[in-house]
Amino acid sequence: MSRTARTALLLALGLAAWIAAYLVIQPLAEWLSFSALGLARGSHLGESVAFFLYDTPKVLLLLVLIVFLVGIVRSFFTAERTRAILAGKRESVGNVLAALLGVVTPFCSCSAVPLFIGFVEVGVPLGVTLSFLISAPMVNEIALVLLFGLFGWKVAALYLVTGLTIAILSGFVLGRMKLERFVEPWVYESMQAAAGFEQERLGFTGRVEKGLEAVREIVGKVWPWVLAGIAVGAGIHGYVPEGLLATFMGKSAWWSVPAAVLIGVPMYSNAAGIIPVVEALLGKGAALGTVLAFMMSVIGLSLPEVVILRKVLRPPLIAAFVGVVATGILLVGWLFNAVL
Amino acid sequence: MKIQVLGTGCAKCKQLTASAEKAVAELGLGVPVEKVEDIREIMKFKVMSTPALVVDGQVRSAGKVLSPEDVKAYLRW
Repeated sequence: MSRTARTALLLALGLAAWIAAYLVIQPLAEWLSFSALGLARGSHLGESVAFFLYDTPKVLLLLVLIVFLVGIVRSFFTAERTRAILAGKRESVGNVLAALLGVVTPFCSCSAVPLFIGFVEVGVPLGVTLSFLISAPMVNEIALVLLFGLFGWKVAALYLVTGLTIAILSGFVLGRMKLERFVEPWVYESMQAAAGFEQERLGFTGRVEKGLEAVREIVGKVWPWVLAGIAVGAGIHGYVPEGLLATFMGKSAWWSVPAAVLIGVPMYSNAAGIIPVVEALLGKGAALGTVLAFMMSVIGLSLPEVVILRKVLRPPLIAAFVGVVATGILLVGWLFNAVL
Repeated sequence: MKIQVLGTGCAKCKQLTASAEKAVAELGLGVPVEKVEDIREIMKFKVMSTPALVVDGQVRSAGKVLSPEDVKAYLRW
């Protein structure tokens, strides 16, 4: 059997096992909580435990599948290729492309600085570069597919479209503000041609290996966050009374959106860890716009990223960056609360 | 032979440094693995993603945590 055929066979077996596991977890969680542990249905503890026992395997299973698929998609994109696409694009078209590429290009906030310099060097406009840097963390593929799995395609699509819109418009606005003088001057001094080192060529098996590598690396790193998030979610699910949050996180409380953004910006959590909290908050009557604004400010803007960007951007530009993005998130929150 | 790891001190950079040190020890090369953490020094190598492995001034890999075996493959030739 050829290597490709063997990989395809293993892939099919893995997928079958995944589907079987996914089908069995809900009955299993109910049986464990209400029969094996003998907790009462409808009790605070019983509902919390059932939520935790069902959501943990569900979220982890979804995570493994998503990270695997994204790992394969990302094997087609590199920072170098994205830069080549963006070089020489005009501002408006560039902002749109940059935001879209931000979703699929492999990105880690520790690479934000070399990436920023790499883009600016080949003449990618500042606003376009910022569109990329906003979209890369904010439109998170893990968050996207978890939202799809837990709330359906409408919420996932809203998140995708509004996240991209914020990245495109914020980058465009920041570009118009002509803030180039607030980029550390040495960034422009180091302009030169890019390094040419050969990129490896990947076949089918190579790309599947990339996917598995992503699963090992990302799921291996985020699972404690997911457990912590689900534990918080389970607590809210079981103990917070129905409708309590509606009074101060509901649609009628206009101030809840700015409050959610203010609390969310300095916080940093992994996208996979924040989703179970989002799920529980929504279940208790919090408005979708408020919750989305909270989630976007937690994963899209974070203190560690700002500290890293400070190496290349001077404080006025950092302030404009955070201010414009936070305003975008705020508007999205209000918009959702108004139209839904 | 000169081996350098480029990275601003994030977790992945430390993993790559550890892999490189293990590879050097297993091949018995007896050279130090130099860590380049200053961003301006890193940019002189023109990489866009970190961590990166540099052998004799040539960037061999960027944006990936290599295993000791992967590093050995780059060190042999």
